[in-house]
Amino acid sequence: MNSSQNTQSGNAVKLALAWGFVGIPLVWGVLQTLANALKLFQ
Amino acid sequence: MTFLSILDRNHTIARPGFSRWLVPPAALCVHLCIGQAYAFSVFNLPMTKLLGITQSTPDDWNLPQLGWIFSIAIFVLGASAALLGRWVEEGGPRRAMFTAALCWGGGFILSAVGVHLHNIWLVYFGYGVLGGFGLGIGYISPVSTLIKWLPDRPGMATGMAIMGFGGGAFIASPLSVWLMQQFSTPTHVGVAETFVVMGVVYMCFMMVGAAIVRVPAPGWKPEGYVAPEQSKKLITTKDVYVYGALKTPQFWLIWWVLCLNVTAGIGVLGQASAMIQEVFQGRVSVVAAAGFVGLMSLFNMGGRFFWASTSDYIGRKNTYFVFFALGTLLYALVPYTGSIGSVTLFVAFYAVIFSMYGGGFATVPAYLRDMFGTRYVGAIHGLLLTAWSMAGIFGPALVNYIREYNVTHGVAKAQAYNVTMYVMAVLLVIGFICNLFVQAVHERHHMKQGAEAAMAD
Repeated sequence: MNSSQNTQSGNAVKLALAWGFVGIPLVWGVLQTLANALKLFQ
Repeated sequence: MTFLSILDRNHTIARPGFSRWLVPPAALCVHLCIGQAYAFSVFNLPMTKLLGITQSTPDDWNLPQLGWIFSIAIFVLGASAALLGRWVEEGGPRRAMFTAALCWGGGFILSAVGVHLHNIWLVYFGYGVLGGFGLGIGYISPVSTLIKWLPDRPGMATGMAIMGFGGGAFIASPLSVWLMQQFSTPTHVGVAETFVVMGVVYMCFMMVGAAIVRVPAPGWKPEGYVAPEQSKKLITTKDVYVYGALKTPQFWLIWWVLCLNVTAGIGVLGQASAMIQEVFQGRVSVVAAAGFVGLMSLFNMGGRFFWASTSDYIGRKNTYFVFFALGTLLYALVPYTGSIGSVTLFVAFYAVIFSMYGGGFATVPAYLRDMFGTRYVGAIHGLLLTAWSMAGIFGPALVNYIREYNVTHGVAKAQAYNVTMYVMAVLLVIGFICNLFVQAVHERHHMKQGAEAAMAD
């Protein structure tokens, strides 16, 4: 594996961690709000 | 090398191989936290019972007193973004994010002490002033960095971050309620402990953003991207100095564009729950109205990403033309949906309106970049946020006073908002005209080679 491939795989891990770090709480919050919003149609 | 020197712009220059897609999550780390401000109202009722626990006592704080906490924070947001924009721009995003984290987290902790001692002034200073500084610095901290990393998609870049500000409330609202439930006892409300936990969590979360963020090396550009050598009609390749922008008509036209777009949305946003219940009396319950507010918040957030990204393709000026033209039409038609009793149309119209309200916030940094270049765009954006502060005062006042006037003059509650909607439509027509007059900045305002250092002194 050359250094370019190492950098690419390292970046992929960092990207997954960084986006997961902000994405998981955001998706959780959106789902909570969506569940409340559905009450409008009940 | 001292610890603080790692915060400098020079120490945040990305090494070769750094992925630019790590910068949006860094920005989101900050905006998701400071977006809590939109959910501060969940603390209002519990804070009126800090002494009485089950009900308010005469010594407890009342709602008008508590309302000032949010108002001070939003005022300081605008003022600090305007005053500290140049400091943020020249010091780099890491120093700004680090400072914002200390202010925002520290503001919560100081407020916890204020709640514990039952001293409202400490809460005003903690959340309002210190937290307000965190809001202002944090809001503008990633803007120019994102635009520099994504010169091919500046609208999408800032849309992602500012979407986080809209989304922060979705996390904060249920989290705050859950934390207060955990800390409350029969003799204690649990607000102070909730503030401490949130302050610490937010500070850590924002520090992660400060650690991740990088600025591109001088001359860096994305692979395959060819920067335009000459300015296009409405997209400049030159830079305008932060205070030089204030001397241009373009700054003040865009200031009014933002102010009018926000005024039209923000007033209705605060009254959304009461409005849908009064327009459709007996058909929309309190619970359903809360669902309506949640749905509007989702469209507000989604619109930030959607419209800002769309502006990369259709242009910033055209995007605002859509906001103002479509917004005018929809506001003018809202009373009709009430008169025919169509809840579905009413909700659909407001969904589009609120998507454009959020879109207005998210598209404006890229509009400023097109007009004034990238060098001081964050600082100029900070100055422009005074339009938000102004709209925050006028919007709700307009909606509340017109409704009150109508009700006291015998207009049925179901029709009490009709005049307000027409007034909003007129405001959007004025915004359309302001946008129409936006032209490229005259070259006499452009920074000259070597002038940057002199201006910064």
